[in-house]
Amino acid sequence: MEKPLTKGFRPDGRPLTIKEYKKIGGYEALTKALKTMTPDEVLSTMRDATLKGRGGAGFPAGIKWEGVPDKDFLKSPRYVIADADEMEPGAFKDRWLMEANPHQMIEGMIIAAYAIQAEFSFIFIRWEYTEAQKCLRFAIGEAYGNNLLGNNILDSGFRLDMHVHVSAGRYICGEGTAMVEALEGKRAIPRSKSPRIVESGLWGRPTVENNTETFCNVPHIIKNGVDWYKSLSLSDEPGTKIYGVSGKVKRPGAWELPLGTTAREIIEEHAGGMWDGHELKGFLPGGASTDFLTSEHLDIKMDFESVQNAGSRFGTGTMIILDDKTCPVGMVHNLEHFFTHESCGWCTPCRDGLPWTTMILKALEDGEGRTGDLEQLKALTKMMAPHHTFCALAPGAMEPLESALKLFREDFERHISEKKCPWR
Amino acid sequence: MAVIYINNDPYEVQEGRSLLEVCLSLGFDIPYFCWHPAMHSVGACRQCAVKQFKDKDDKHGFIVMSCVTGTEDGMRISIDDPEVIEFRRGIIELLMTNHPHDCPVCDEGGECHLQDMTVMTGHVERHFRFKKRTYRNQNLGPFINHELNRCIQCYRCVRFYKDYAGGRDFDVFGIHNRIYFGRDKDGKLESEFSGNLVEVCPTGVFTDTTQYRHYTRKWDLQTAPSVCVHCSVGCDIIPGERYGTLRRIRNRYNHHVNGYFLCDRGRYGYEFINREDRIRSPLLVNNGKAAPIPEEAAYSQVSVLLSTGKTIGIGSPRASLESNFALKRLVGNDNFYAGISSSEFELTTLVIEIIKNSGLQIATLREMSESDAALIIGEDVSNTAPMMALALRQSIHQKRYEYTDKLGVPRWNALAVKQAGEFDQGPFYLATAGNTRLDGIATAAFKGTPDEIASLGSTTAKLIDGGGESEKIKKHHEFASKMAKDLENAARPVIVTGISQGSAEILKAAVNLALTLKSKGAGAKLAIVLPECNSLGLGLLGGKGGLDDALNLLRSGEAQNVLILENDIFRRIPTDVAEEALSGAKVVVLDHSPTATTDKADLVLPVGTYADCDGTLVNYESRTQRFFQVMSPSPGAVEPWRRLAAIAEALNTYDANSFPGRDSLTQWTNFDDVLATLVEEYPVFRPILDIAPPAAYRIAGMKVARQTHRYSGRTSIAANLNIHEQQPPEDVDAPFNFSMEGYHGEPPSSLIPRYWAPRWNSVQSLNKFQAEVGGKLIGGDPGRRLLKPKLNAGMQRYEIELKSFEPKEGAWFIMPIYEVFGSEELSAKSPPILSVTPKPYLVLSAKDAESLELENDSPLVLKIDGSEYNLKTKIELGVTDGTALLSVGLPGMKYVNLPSWGKIEKSFF
Repeated sequence: MEKPLTKGFRPDGRPLTIKEYKKIGGYEALTKALKTMTPDEVLSTMRDATLKGRGGAGFPAGIKWEGVPDKDFLKSPRYVIADADEMEPGAFKDRWLMEANPHQMIEGMIIAAYAIQAEFSFIFIRWEYTEAQKCLRFAIGEAYGNNLLGNNILDSGFRLDMHVHVSAGRYICGEGTAMVEALEGKRAIPRSKSPRIVESGLWGRPTVENNTETFCNVPHIIKNGVDWYKSLSLSDEPGTKIYGVSGKVKRPGAWELPLGTTAREIIEEHAGGMWDGHELKGFLPGGASTDFLTSEHLDIKMDFESVQNAGSRFGTGTMIILDDKTCPVGMVHNLEHFFTHESCGWCTPCRDGLPWTTMILKALEDGEGRTGDLEQLKALTKMMAPHHTFCALAPGAMEPLESALKLFREDFERHISEKKCPWR
Repeated sequence: MAVIYINNDPYEVQEGRSLLEVCLSLGFDIPYFCWHPAMHSVGACRQCAVKQFKDKDDKHGFIVMSCVTGTEDGMRISIDDPEVIEFRRGIIELLMTNHPHDCPVCDEGGECHLQDMTVMTGHVERHFRFKKRTYRNQNLGPFINHELNRCIQCYRCVRFYKDYAGGRDFDVFGIHNRIYFGRDKDGKLESEFSGNLVEVCPTGVFTDTTQYRHYTRKWDLQTAPSVCVHCSVGCDIIPGERYGTLRRIRNRYNHHVNGYFLCDRGRYGYEFINREDRIRSPLLVNNGKAAPIPEEAAYSQVSVLLSTGKTIGIGSPRASLESNFALKRLVGNDNFYAGISSSEFELTTLVIEIIKNSGLQIATLREMSESDAALIIGEDVSNTAPMMALALRQSIHQKRYEYTDKLGVPRWNALAVKQAGEFDQGPFYLATAGNTRLDGIATAAFKGTPDEIASLGSTTAKLIDGGGESEKIKKHHEFASKMAKDLENAARPVIVTGISQGSAEILKAAVNLALTLKSKGAGAKLAIVLPECNSLGLGLLGGKGGLDDALNLLRSGEAQNVLILENDIFRRIPTDVAEEALSGAKVVVLDHSPTATTDKADLVLPVGTYADCDGTLVNYESRTQRFFQVMSPSPGAVEPWRRLAAIAEALNTYDANSFPGRDSLTQWTNFDDVLATLVEEYPVFRPILDIAPPAAYRIAGMKVARQTHRYSGRTSIAANLNIHEQQPPEDVDAPFNFSMEGYHGEPPSSLIPRYWAPRWNSVQSLNKFQAEVGGKLIGGDPGRRLLKPKLNAGMQRYEIELKSFEPKEGAWFIMPIYEVFGSEELSAKSPPILSVTPKPYLVLSAKDAESLELENDSPLVLKIDGSEYNLKTKIELGVTDGTALLSVGLPGMKYVNLPSWGKIEKSFF
């Protein structure tokens, strides 16, 4: 089983130096792209590879890049942004990738920049990721020193600068357009969906923005080709994936596995199964903003399409496990508290609907629930349904709530009838 | 045109507008908050949801926000689908979770958009049972009250204040449901457009502090259409009165002029009308002491005073056309003098010559806001015509459309347009004496003396023409070449100038530029700012000369009597000259407020302010607009023309040469009679007959009611005087009643007394008065232009001598600068404006200040022509060494003839 993304990671956790990275084939892809491929050839390779974005939405990266208007249409600077603002509760995969091998993402970004002919690139990184910031800054320095960034990369005539931008720290910055606003120094409020940021992103100019893990895939695709890349997975969607598991499992963590590995294998084999005496009650397959699945879904393949067919979202591919010793209402309350706090405050349903949701859940937990509260929660999920809000934050926040209301209805009702949380 | 189906009925609609605008224009009621017709769509509040269906067979449909949805042929939507009705109700419920139920004590109550929308959506039952969030409010200065607990986070305030008006001291702070709209700390809002927050805010977060001091609900206000008198732009306003007090000013929409907004000078300048020291009865001056006398006695005094000797009349640029005309008619053309300095009179005459004969189109405010390049030459519009500055501010955003149009972003999608094009700014040039508040958005800003500014303009024109000799002055050349290139590339450039520097050369340079651009095929437009609300009207009426000429007659003894109409000549002429002229003459002054001139009168006759009278004003573009009486008749508040007619009546023996028009004045019975005589004598004013219906006009047999259909206390309002209900006063001059009886529907646009429509009690009801939302009023917007540009005028370029500034040792070249709050006479008498008016000051360069050992705020003495002026120092960057800028017109500051050379000394007082 090939694990291209985590290949050569040091057991002591120290990041690979440029020398070490080159030893395992690092920057060969960039050399290949710059020396032997035109930007259009890179684009078509990426399109053929059908790499789905690893940030959560699963939009094909190649198609995104091809959306950048050509130079005849718009003569202007273009930008590449790496979304390293990993803030989805339960997700810690990007941090691992950046801390263990920062050059891999940098190489992917340089290739992306070459493909769209960008001259500036930014890594928008979560402010708590101080270790990753250090690693990236050091690696960028090394890259400049080795003529991999700068005015004339590998003497190809292509130039690119790269900056690390530390986020002021908001979940909403993970929303691609809000990140662009934040990078411009403004309030992190999502933008209008149209025009797309590939046409009008940073400072109003074409911008390609991808998740850390997405960029990490790029060098391997360019170096080894589309067929190889497609052979890595166990499903129709190509490549490997960094899966993660948190919750009351024996060995919480993250692993690179072929895309399409089943949830059961990930939880039982890699995460070591549940704590003794604990039963799996449900799990969020792709982070905090996805619908609960239950034990009946353990055998589905963990990829974008299969999880969607099961009624949830693949998201970041990092699971959060709910066990039978934990109150589902309490867990949902915890999640909604987070989303309430992270609402940017732009649109009404999210700004005013999430606090109300959280207040009701807290009342339930405190034994102050009333008849009608569950109906009100249901009504709120409708107010915050997709397209009813400005961006996807609130609809995402409603996914665990809506599914919990369906799957764990009885537990919610007991909070009201018993006038307390049965788990306390 | 496209056909869309709304609730299954087909409608033909224009493409290129948002679904919300289309539906509102068709007369549908869709609730909204964050959308504003002047600021367009951002999709934040989610209130304007409608159902959209894929096709005829789609029964389920999906909810879309109509403000961020375009229209396309065949589109099917439903406004009254049960699911979307429930969604809109749900949004209101969410907005109301934190809104205090304080409508009875809220100043917005009764005209609150949030109230209207809550009722419209049918949210009647509150389910939220938790604690509301509360905020600390800020002291935002004397104009605006802040009550943030009422906020529903529509973001309109910050979009207006920051994005539209360019304010920098107000923003949105915080996150999630603790969003804070305010300043970083307490303090007066710096923008001179802050008052618009009152109308932009859909609820009672920002309310009018001046109104609060004499608070009246909208339904208790007596209102009529009026026109602002505080600069030459002539914004349309709706003043509101109760109990003989003017309570507030609100915007009256005019598509071509002010649109949805007003400046704070216009909004808060009204309180001069409420001053205790208004002249309310005739005053006779004996031995320097003024004593009130009865009206009849006053007229016999007039006939005595004017019985012997030659009488001349002095008009006023702040009085209505009709009042000026009445005076001119009474004293005759040979004895009427425009009440402005002779140099200003000459400049005004030149302006009229330019508008008439240059063939250049004069830009409206709307056209300025849509121009793709602007040059302001020689006029600080941010202080002399603030709303023009606001319009010009918008012009820089035209550039955004270059890319967004290409991307297919609809222009109504304000958020997308801004985000995609925020960093694309159109060319915007300034050449002014001092720093202005528009400098911050300028591509480049030039500072210099009037001669330098004119030379710059002339050089630029020659460069565009491809002419030589432009390199003569290097300081100009670089600036001029940059500017020439940008202006030349523009399709709709606008050149804005004015006469506030007293320079004909600047005007000529502006004309040369506009003519040159026009000859290159661009749709270049010109605008010339004038000092006062009726400067152009007075200029068109003409006169024997200016104030200097009139006073010379009095000083030389050629004339013995003078009738002064609404004019404080001490603001226009050096004090000693004015004093000398008035001391030897018999002086009769007609005015509403005490001035230095009324102090020197033998007899003062009180007249009404604009709120007490009907009249016509001519704005900078020669647009005539009618203002109507708002206040019920009150002591002394008589129309000046009626006063003059009464004087004519009272004259027994008099010098026939002094009063050739006496007999015709005695024939006048109402406003329309004055107007008829006016247009008969001056055909140029003929369009005035079309700008508003005459007094005899009726709709369904009724006059328009000044009072609302819900006006309260009618039977008891004067019960302290008489327990019987009083007969409302009759208005013989206008088609309005001083009562709630009368027409309450939508009258012709010039007669709209207030915006109010079924289900729409707030100012947003304006939508119902427009042919298309955000567009023109039904039946066209009020006002007509008197002067039309001649086609193929073939005006020659002016010859302008290129000059550079030569400093003098030990002397400074003093130029005037103006303050938005304080430099205009009437608004400066309004206490709220007065409270923010600076003390007179002189602006110096840092180097000059240092050589004079002056620091900011240190006292200095300015000496000009033997007079001394005590001032405060202000040090600014950008001021040319050897020049200084004097704030003029401020209270406590005597008239100084500028520009002029003067000496500056440090003062120790």
